[in-house]
Amino acid sequence: MIPPSFEYLRPKTVPEAIAMLKQHGDEAKILSGGQSLIPMMKLRLARPGYLIDINRISGLAYVKEDGGFLKIGALTREAELEASPLVHSKYPILLDTAKVIADPQVRNLATVGGNLAHGDPANDHPATMIALGAQVVATGAKGERVIPVENFFVALFTTALEQDEILTEIRIPIPPARSGGAYFKLERKVSDFATAAVAVQLALDDKGAVQKAGIGLTNVGPTPIKARSAEDFLRGKKLDDKNISQAAQLTAGEAQPSSDLRGPAEFKKGLIQELTKRALSRAVERAGR
Amino acid sequence: MAKKELVQITINGRKRDANVEPRLLLVHFIRDVLGLTGTHVGCDTSNCGACTVLLNGKAVKSCTLFAVQADGAELMTVEGLMKDGQFHPLQEGFKEEHGLQCGFCTPGMLMSGYALLQKNSNPSELDIRWGISGNLCRCTGYQNIVKAVQFAAKKLNESGKTVAQGGQK
Repeated sequence: MIPPSFEYLRPKTVPEAIAMLKQHGDEAKILSGGQSLIPMMKLRLARPGYLIDINRISGLAYVKEDGGFLKIGALTREAELEASPLVHSKYPILLDTAKVIADPQVRNLATVGGNLAHGDPANDHPATMIALGAQVVATGAKGERVIPVENFFVALFTTALEQDEILTEIRIPIPPARSGGAYFKLERKVSDFATAAVAVQLALDDKGAVQKAGIGLTNVGPTPIKARSAEDFLRGKKLDDKNISQAAQLTAGEAQPSSDLRGPAEFKKGLIQELTKRALSRAVERAGR
Repeated sequence: MAKKELVQITINGRKRDANVEPRLLLVHFIRDVLGLTGTHVGCDTSNCGACTVLLNGKAVKSCTLFAVQADGAELMTVEGLMKDGQFHPLQEGFKEEHGLQCGFCTPGMLMSGYALLQKNSNPSELDIRWGISGNLCRCTGYQNIVKAVQFAAKKLNESGKTVAQGGQK
């Protein structure tokens, strides 16, 4: 399959890229890892007249703790996240996520920023970032804007990014001492999208009760879903079997799956319920009861 | 037609360049412009991995990358494996362990195997299965591909060579 014709632009800096976005408006699209965009172009689901290749912009790929946040540069490849010692030691939920995105070759190119900015509810990072309470930094002509990730996904393939803005950084508040998270995904095979997946991040108080819970869901609705009712329910509670079951039920109630080739909607709701139980149990285990 | 762009690359150690349309996929650049047909187009949808090549040392699917993106890069394809007229231990492994039947997936399997051994010179069976998880094979059931990569790892370790040194004398 041959993608439709386009003009290729290769800015060296973020301001240059923003100026190109401004100039070409709706006709322009940012090319990051390209692992979603290029297949969509081949299928004629996207036909940008201009591709702005941001891969040569330096200083947009990093994973570091700074000012109370884990900061991930938008051009960080999934493979880099997977290999980051910081992610291994302190953010197992991100490792869970990066490991199950597509396959090794795709992860060598696919970027964390692209995974979010694409606005696909089937992508894996959105749920994880919702669970972690992340913020995304949008850089435009007027400067930087910080958007809580829960407000970032507006509709299917639509984010809160303005036409002339680029997602440049993801900021995750550094979790307090007794914290743990996990991402559980069921996929039919490596490199398929999730049939459903659940991300859970917990912070416990010194008595082992939940101080804060974040729960995000993948591919069970038109946007990634934040399971607010379950998050609220868990606050102040111990994670015994009864509460885990109840939270899982509430989470499944938040899912809005549709029936498709990956299974009927009812099955997916059941799946969310079971994956939530497992993710909660793993998260609390990692937090150290 | 969109403005053509100059793409300059080093492939298997040789410098090559051409003016191409931006929409030209890297795999078509390699096969049709450079004439290196060892890299295969399989599914053309980023699933099968038959088009796997190394881009600056990293395995990528060349059907899901534009040639213009590779401008300035170092590429390695299956044609770059043989050295001094000798098979690379990976190629030898696929031959000895019967790691192929129809052979269509083999170039991609070899390149994924190469990328894996670069990162991990002594992979477990599970490491190998994860390492080739982006490559589909419809013939072998993967058993003999795993054995082929194990063969190569053992041979390289015994001869004290890196995967890049391969079969060279």
